[in-house]
Amino acid sequence: MRLSSTGQLTQLRTKCQAAAKKHKKKVLVCCGPGCLAAGAQKIADRFRTVLKQKRIAGFSVQALKETGCHGFCEQGPLVVIEPGGTFYTKVKTRDVEEIIDRSVRKDEVVQRLLYKDPRSGKSIRDWAKIDFYAHQNRIALQKLGQIAQCDIEDYIAGGGYAALAKALTKMTGDRIIDEVTTSGLRGRGGAGFAAGRKWRTCKDVQSDTRYVICNGDEGDPGAFMDRAIMEGDPHSVLEGMIIAAFAVGSSEGYIYVREEYPLAVVNLQKAIEQAEALGLLGNDILGTGFSFSIKISRGAGAFVCGESSALMKSVAGQVGEPRAKYIRSVIKGLHDRPTVLNNVETFANVPVIIDRGADWFAKIGAKNNSGTKAFSLVGKVRNTGLIEVAMGTTLRKIIFDIGGGIIGDRPFKAVQTGGPSGGCLPQSQLDLPVDFDSLTKAGSMMGSGGMIVMDDKTCMVDVAKYFLGFLVEESCGKCVPCREGLYQLHRLTIKVSEGRATEEDLSTIEKLSEMVIIGSLCGLGKSGPNPVLSTMKYFKDEYLAHIRDKRCPAGVCRELITYEITPDCTGCMACIAVCATHAITGKKGKVHTLDQAKCTKCGACYAVCQHDAVLVS
Amino acid sequence: MVSLTINGRIVKAKDGEMLLAVLRREKIDVPAMCHHAAVEPFGACRLCVVEITRAEWKGWCDYVTSCLYPVSPGLIVNTHSDKVNELRRTILDLFLARHPDCPEIAELAGEYGVFKTTYETVVGGNNCILCGLCTRICDRMGFTAISTVGRGHGKEVAPPLRQAPPDCVGCLACAENCPTKFIEYKLRKKRVTIWEREFELLTCTKCGKTTITKDFAEYLSRHRAIDAGYFEICDECRRKNLAVSMGEIVNWERELLT
Repeated sequence: MRLSSTGQLTQLRTKCQAAAKKHKKKVLVCCGPGCLAAGAQKIADRFRTVLKQKRIAGFSVQALKETGCHGFCEQGPLVVIEPGGTFYTKVKTRDVEEIIDRSVRKDEVVQRLLYKDPRSGKSIRDWAKIDFYAHQNRIALQKLGQIAQCDIEDYIAGGGYAALAKALTKMTGDRIIDEVTTSGLRGRGGAGFAAGRKWRTCKDVQSDTRYVICNGDEGDPGAFMDRAIMEGDPHSVLEGMIIAAFAVGSSEGYIYVREEYPLAVVNLQKAIEQAEALGLLGNDILGTGFSFSIKISRGAGAFVCGESSALMKSVAGQVGEPRAKYIRSVIKGLHDRPTVLNNVETFANVPVIIDRGADWFAKIGAKNNSGTKAFSLVGKVRNTGLIEVAMGTTLRKIIFDIGGGIIGDRPFKAVQTGGPSGGCLPQSQLDLPVDFDSLTKAGSMMGSGGMIVMDDKTCMVDVAKYFLGFLVEESCGKCVPCREGLYQLHRLTIKVSEGRATEEDLSTIEKLSEMVIIGSLCGLGKSGPNPVLSTMKYFKDEYLAHIRDKRCPAGVCRELITYEITPDCTGCMACIAVCATHAITGKKGKVHTLDQAKCTKCGACYAVCQHDAVLVS
Repeated sequence: MVSLTINGRIVKAKDGEMLLAVLRREKIDVPAMCHHAAVEPFGACRLCVVEITRAEWKGWCDYVTSCLYPVSPGLIVNTHSDKVNELRRTILDLFLARHPDCPEIAELAGEYGVFKTTYETVVGGNNCILCGLCTRICDRMGFTAISTVGRGHGKEVAPPLRQAPPDCVGCLACAENCPTKFIEYKLRKKRVTIWEREFELLTCTKCGKTTITKDFAEYLSRHRAIDAGYFEICDECRRKNLAVSMGEIVNWERELLT
């Protein structure tokens, strides 16, 4: 069926909503990246088989939905029963029958699968009341976890493509751009450039062809916001792109998806086919005469291809190397034509803005930083997962209220934001509001939204070394400051971590960093020294401890630590079993001994000891 | 035409012209190792970096590579400010660490007062500075026989799959334009070897000297609509032939007049 008017879209929506109402209950199985890894697919399959066998009155298998990421990855696999939002955590296949019997057939709950609040120790039934969700404000992620992934009817039933219909029939391109400008939407890819201004420039440049590209090359370690949206709610990205294309007058678009996201490619492709079949994409969209097509372009695994000019080269089939952007890509982008390039999350925000109005959106968030931002909260935080909060929310609220604090109630040490070229912020910055400007001012950056929480067992020199190593590997190698400069910075941090550095090396790091920042060609090099600069700014003592005292305070840097077995040893022999070099000897029930000469400092004994009898010093 | 200020002097240039071209015309010495007028500017070596500002920027300045920066009216350029010199020295210092045995680098570094690297010398380095001139020129010639392989610190120039490149015609443009003479070729009597491929050289039917490779001549006659017979004699002999025929015409005209 092809929709040839907005009226037909409304009819379809009413039909889909009526069909959904037939089912008294909905079973939502989270099939986001985290839950899938924990075996969610098997659970969804099990639900399907059992539901088919049991034939419950007022419930059909159609009401079983495999959704995108629900967010609370730490507690996955997740199953939600609607209405009521009964939230089951860490579900196993053997729990499926019980859930069906008690929560689908009847209105009971399976108490042991409910989320238990660690503070009060009480079980919470409704997911919206859990601290992790209660402090969030979801816009870009609002449909994620609520609708079946790759189901256009579900998307339409929830109000999807209404914004497109509104944009195409009731608004002009200029009106749309004005609306986006008024909303204050800034690009969610990291730099935070005003989306409305970008679209305006693109529209105003004289050209026969314009392109709209969605940047889905999310490469920051630990980040998976865009992945979750592309996999779980691809239609919102498509809708945002079509609206952008109509606004700037483009007829051709691309979604650039990184190589490591095969499921995103599959789901986006399905979504594109569904939208084309309904006439929401392709020729003569909704009978308005406007045409726009979207193709998927796959990356080949280079981090630098997330940079706009490298991405466009990669789309065009060339080597993904950035170029100097003295002439911006919005003026001369793909095939030298004006190009709007926005990130997945930015496009996902667009339909909501058009639907609910710029003023509503502008009221959310902080000054000059309207709206919300999605983050993937990872690291040593209790509640790992995908979150979305209003801009200006403090780090403390994110880490301690939503994130539930540090695992094992260890002391908080730092939070790394902005991906490899972002920075680490210490305890003193915990009350920093999270928005583009505040983060940059504090020496870090927003980036695409990775947030890695670190506890006192993290060595900041080691962190800087890790991120610099990542950047050395991912630098495209075109310009000298980035290729050679970051390499030397990495070597210098290695020198510090091995206790071979002098204080003079620290000033070399500072000087070289400044030169890499002003000398590099693209954003990767220009922000590359951030990890070392921000850790040196906030954790200078730790660097000095490595240099002056030849000591790693966190007990991480191998060259500077020794492992010892304390008299607390119960003689359980667990460490003897894991020691690959047979450095530990001893008899059962007797305190073991460690031969320093044979020890390779791999840390296996430390990790395996249940009695805190292995000491790192 | 627009006017801009370079090192305190007012200079005229075409609007949109690349700054490095203007600097070269004005005989202002700015180093550049990845630039060649025949190919698109690249901005890899970063040595041609200059400091720019404008009156309306109120003291704020930016650092841009002049090879890629289009000039516009009112631009104020400083080609040797302290920061610019420091950046050039840092780049040369980094080069010295990576290419300790490269005479061309050592010479330029010496000019900027860098004689010994501050950094850890890279083990197993070579003299390729990855300026990309060879690959860009090969592209421009129409062959694309070689390209850069890999990325980051391990990037290098190589033919596809590191095997003898089938698209190479042995024009030697890559080697001739290599700023550090890293790309080698072997010239023997009637053969030349480059990128592990051996090419036959054409001989001038008149003087017997070798000219270009047979593959290159075939390529040119096929793609540039040049008659294959054109390559039978060398350039020198062709000029001689031209001189002789011109002389004949002159003689003929003289005869007509007398």
